[in-house]
Amino acid sequence: MRRVGIASSGLAEFSKSDSSIESLMLSSVKPIFDNTSNLSQDDIEVVLTSTNSDSKYLSNVVSELSGISPKVSHSVESLCNSGTNGIVSAYSYIASGLADVALVIGAEKADSPGLVLEWDVSRGQYKHPIYWASMFASAHMRKFGTTMEDIAHVSAKNHNNAADNPFAYFKKTFSLDEIIQSKHLTDNLRLLDCSMPCDGAASILLASEDVIKKFTDKPVWISGIGQQSLSAGFTKNEDLACMKSNIQSSHQAYDMAKKTPNDIDVAELHDAFSICEIIELEDLGFAKPGSGSSYVRNLYDTNDKKINPRGGLIGCGHPLGATGIAQTIEIFQQLQGTAKKRQVDGTKTGLVHNMSAAATSSTVLILES
Amino acid sequence: MTRFEQELKNNVFVSSFCTRCDKHVWPPSDVCNSCFGNVIWKPVTRTAKLIEFSRKGDEIFGIVEFEDTIRVMGRIMTTSDLQIGQMLNLIECDYDGKAKFVLAPIV
Repeated sequence: MRRVGIASSGLAEFSKSDSSIESLMLSSVKPIFDNTSNLSQDDIEVVLTSTNSDSKYLSNVVSELSGISPKVSHSVESLCNSGTNGIVSAYSYIASGLADVALVIGAEKADSPGLVLEWDVSRGQYKHPIYWASMFASAHMRKFGTTMEDIAHVSAKNHNNAADNPFAYFKKTFSLDEIIQSKHLTDNLRLLDCSMPCDGAASILLASEDVIKKFTDKPVWISGIGQQSLSAGFTKNEDLACMKSNIQSSHQAYDMAKKTPNDIDVAELHDAFSICEIIELEDLGFAKPGSGSSYVRNLYDTNDKKINPRGGLIGCGHPLGATGIAQTIEIFQQLQGTAKKRQVDGTKTGLVHNMSAAATSSTVLILES
Repeated sequence: MTRFEQELKNNVFVSSFCTRCDKHVWPPSDVCNSCFGNVIWKPVTRTAKLIEFSRKGDEIFGIVEFEDTIRVMGRIMTTSDLQIGQMLNLIECDYDGKAKFVLAPIV
């Protein structure tokens, strides 16, 4: 297989607006054309749109609005990890030789139909994501003694990081006390432990090793991919103190890239809820089972931005189809050394973790400069 | 409305069951997820093991497991302390666009 790299990216500010899904997508495509040398519409052979929107034929609509006539054009939907699913699909088209250049465009509106998990009879009447998150929190607290104060550190840290991200939905930080005092949605989940649905768009340009130097002197390579679906229904994850698809997908990605968790300099993890980041740190091998909380407290105490320098979903907001692409753009920028105030020193290898619907499906990407 | 939903509405909890593979097929389906053969609809035993729970205000909700295989989320009615692994009775099920399961501790 040919190597596949990231050549360029574009973001639109995460917010709430009256913009259509098509306009949101275009607002993240424009900076790619503005900022990428030698790129013309004729270079792009694949356009994939990543969204849970009900709008039809979006990839063709947005291609036409962008002046692109791609060979391959379609949408990718997999709830909250639609974005990285789109990137994996684009990678496959390029690695196989079917195309040299692919554009993946992710976007979502704040009222996305992907926010309610209505297909899953296993969830009974508890369709809103707060209920699955609360089950994981209960299990982790029961097994490892995790506290509400531990969980609050995730939110405080990620809101602090988001303050340095001009594209983030939240423009203010929150103290530990404000988080702890925020409204309790369940016994173990507060309002500020939750990511916020919002409008947002993110686009990324992938290219083969044969042509990527035409567009950038500093490509970032996708060296590891892991993707695992466990089920559609929530209740197939037997041990609720961990997320099985995270473990499986990360092992696949580490094996493909020939890396271990110790090699990762910076990572974006899917903190849909605060408890998720603690569990993911353990599932992905950054911390031993039961020590994710102390790992997060140390990051917070030392202002270490290694995990979720972008601000995570909690600080940036969570426009479902754009999230995985925005996560990948953050690691792309970190490895190019262009993350400005968020820059983590000495980054050579980064990781993206993106999951959907209570970790019934997870994607892990490993990127290298 | 599916057979599963119709039965729930009548306060009967049934699951698809494959007689060839001798197992429940969950979530409900018209075909077995192992052999792709036809299924029958079989009543599920109305006792379940408590797997996990939490509260939203005064409402207790949790994951329960029927017949060591079928896990669902349901409402748990009790004023007593709950213990993981304890057995609960399914006291009501219903369907109004969403499946509803209501359980209470066995006394």
